[in-house]
Amino acid sequence: MEIRREKVGAPTDVRARQHRASEMLRGIDMSGADLDKYVEERVLTTTLEKALNWARSNALFPATFGLACCAIEMMSIVTARYDSARFGAEVFRASPRQADLLILSGRVSIKMAPVVRRIYDQMLEPKWVIAMGACSSSAGVFNNYALVQGADKFMPVDIHVPGCPPRPEALLHGIIKLQAKIKGDPTLGWRERYGAHGTEELGDGPESNGS
Amino acid sequence: MPDATGLELIAHDLREQVPGSVTGTQHHRGTATLVIDPEAVMQVLTWLRRTPNQDYHFLASVHGCDYLPHAPRFGVHYELLNMERVERLHVKALLEDPGEPELPEMDSVAALFPTANFQEREIYDMFGVVFRGHPDLRRILMPDEYEGFPQRRDFPMGGEPVLFTHNEHQTPRWYE
Amino acid sequence: MSEPAGSVRQLATGVTAEPAGDAQTEAELMTINFGPHHPATHGVLRLLVTLRAEEVLEAIPYIGYVHTGIEKSCEDKSYWKVIPLVERMDYLAYYFNAMAFCMSVERLLDEPVPERAQYLRVIHCELNRIHSHLVWLGTSALDLGAISIFWYCFRERDKILDLFEYSSGQRMHTRYIQVGGVADDIPAGWAEKALRFTEDMEERVGQYEAILDRNEIFLQRTRDVGIVPQQRLLDLGVTGPLLRAAGNPWDLRKATPYSSYDKFDFKIPVGTVGDCYDRYRVRLAEIRESCSIVRQAIEGLPEGPHITTNRKVALPPRHELATSMEALIHHFKLVTEGFRVPPGEAYVPIESPRGEMGCFVLSDGSAKPARVHMRDPSFVNLQALREMVVGGYIADMITNLAMLDPILGGIDR
Repeated sequence: MEIRREKVGAPTDVRARQHRASEMLRGIDMSGADLDKYVEERVLTTTLEKALNWARSNALFPATFGLACCAIEMMSIVTARYDSARFGAEVFRASPRQADLLILSGRVSIKMAPVVRRIYDQMLEPKWVIAMGACSSSAGVFNNYALVQGADKFMPVDIHVPGCPPRPEALLHGIIKLQAKIKGDPTLGWRERYGAHGTEELGDGPESNGS
Repeated sequence: MPDATGLELIAHDLREQVPGSVTGTQHHRGTATLVIDPEAVMQVLTWLRRTPNQDYHFLASVHGCDYLPHAPRFGVHYELLNMERVERLHVKALLEDPGEPELPEMDSVAALFPTANFQEREIYDMFGVVFRGHPDLRRILMPDEYEGFPQRRDFPMGGEPVLFTHNEHQTPRWYE
Repeated sequence: MSEPAGSVRQLATGVTAEPAGDAQTEAELMTINFGPHHPATHGVLRLLVTLRAEEVLEAIPYIGYVHTGIEKSCEDKSYWKVIPLVERMDYLAYYFNAMAFCMSVERLLDEPVPERAQYLRVIHCELNRIHSHLVWLGTSALDLGAISIFWYCFRERDKILDLFEYSSGQRMHTRYIQVGGVADDIPAGWAEKALRFTEDMEERVGQYEAILDRNEIFLQRTRDVGIVPQQRLLDLGVTGPLLRAAGNPWDLRKATPYSSYDKFDFKIPVGTVGDCYDRYRVRLAEIRESCSIVRQAIEGLPEGPHITTNRKVALPPRHELATSMEALIHHFKLVTEGFRVPPGEAYVPIESPRGEMGCFVLSDGSAKPARVHMRDPSFVNLQALREMVVGGYIADMITNLAMLDPILGGIDR
């Protein structure tokens, strides 16, 4: 769903918009079932979807999942100086089943990659991933045999936060960017990007009837 | 560390106790090194630990080394420490490379120094040195099904070529 | 050691190692997988724990989940580019990693370090020790159910990171310690800030103690838990606060003073019982001693260069590049190729927050090390975990793991 933001100007503008909305509600030349369908599509679902996305974006539950150096900086975003509670992302959940945001905080080795993938699969949709730091984004300086060269080789990543390790402010910036993306489009189109149709969980999200 | 004379005395005593065990001594930059025959490692370390006036009770570190292209290819290093005299003794066992399918073998010292348990497993994992008599010789850092010994000098570094503007055209499907 | 480890493998495959237990007892054995994703493992440690009801019969660690191949990567980099790599091994003790590596290379080069650089190294290392202990205290207390101490510890940690950022530009992995000295002198006003911090910190330690020392839950969970005899710890190669809590005053800063540690007056805190409570007390006392060392080092900071003047090893000052051809050549050689190190082997141990951190460097005479190995204290200390937890309750295993303070980046490297 698309969010349209219109500038609110003089009170006359508001009145004009109200008028337009009531026109839409009434349906200009529709009646009966057509009108019901029209209203359901245009007004009710859009508003609910928006409210849902707004709620989702402002109540992110990150998983308590630390890999390496970045985990220490990830821990410090909940502390008093950075306080990610200001952005509604402070409730770290120990179980992936209760979390909807996975912060890959550190390097992903070839031994750890299947575990990370399993944790990601255990999370319920909708779910998002932030690759924190250079290692999980691209393996950084460790271009060698032991690491997976970039976590998006085996799982979809929504936001990459650069740095080695990134400052907590940088991670918060990444979370805010993610919130903006969630408000725009909760699935973030990753199934299109990664060609992952058919992996949807049944009965969840607007994409479940897609394939 | 023992001074140069003390190191020679240790080597002399060891040669008397275990003939052919010490193949050389080095005293370089304040490190006293005893080069030993890998077959005698258990006898040498037992002697260094149990003999009065030696009393190297603490094994600080065991680590492997690949000396390629030099002739005895593998080295296993033991950093012994006497806490009372604050003396460190560096014992080095050099192993020949027996050729591709074979792995170099030597005795485990985990029965004498339990701290060697993990560290010998790491050497096995990284260099492919087999420790006879080790209680649980498995890979420790790499996945169990991994093939090859990554820290040998002839093992490739791995990773991926980094794309720059000057070489991106050489990589197939770079534009995707 | 051999028999228990063998029995673990049997247990892991489902065959019980209990000798002649009746069928009911065997049925009660439960093997659970603990980690690698678990909030109480301080990283990605995986433990396979066999339980009879709540009693731990066997706990075997599986590691390698953050194995990064740093030692291999180091062989592909020139000596001064290795420093940022080794800093990422034990990621709470980055100054110590860099220091161990630089001291090994300095020993191979036979390069003396100016006294001011030694003092600056000591100041930063001790601040880093406080930082490491603060993160340990915060996360360990969190594991034991005391969340408020976590906020307090991270408040002080951020102050230390501000100091690091002020002197080097980075919060973590600062690459401040160079071969031959330190990267730059401390900026104006840094010393005053650090002094003010040490005064604050000593007061804060008292506040932490006031929170935890009389907390009945904390006392019951740590007292008389995880006692291992001192001789067994020595056989297992355990060093650092774990060994000192068992009553052995072994500290490399006193035993083999490096980097001017002999010029400072400080004490080695030791425990008497060797339980988890002693480990906690020893570390808190170490924070106090570190504050005292930092204060003494700042007050006695000698004048002089912050890095060696040997142009073959250290970069020439920036202003010389415009005027001196020789400086330009040295700069070019150092930046493109790096310096060459005479062939040889060196193993230099230092006292990190977790014990003896030794760095082994093998040089073949080229500009790249032929082998870099870090003897990480967490890796060796982890072997003692089995001795601490077997026979105890599973809740005590969390306490033991927390008080062991393993850093998985250092264990797996």
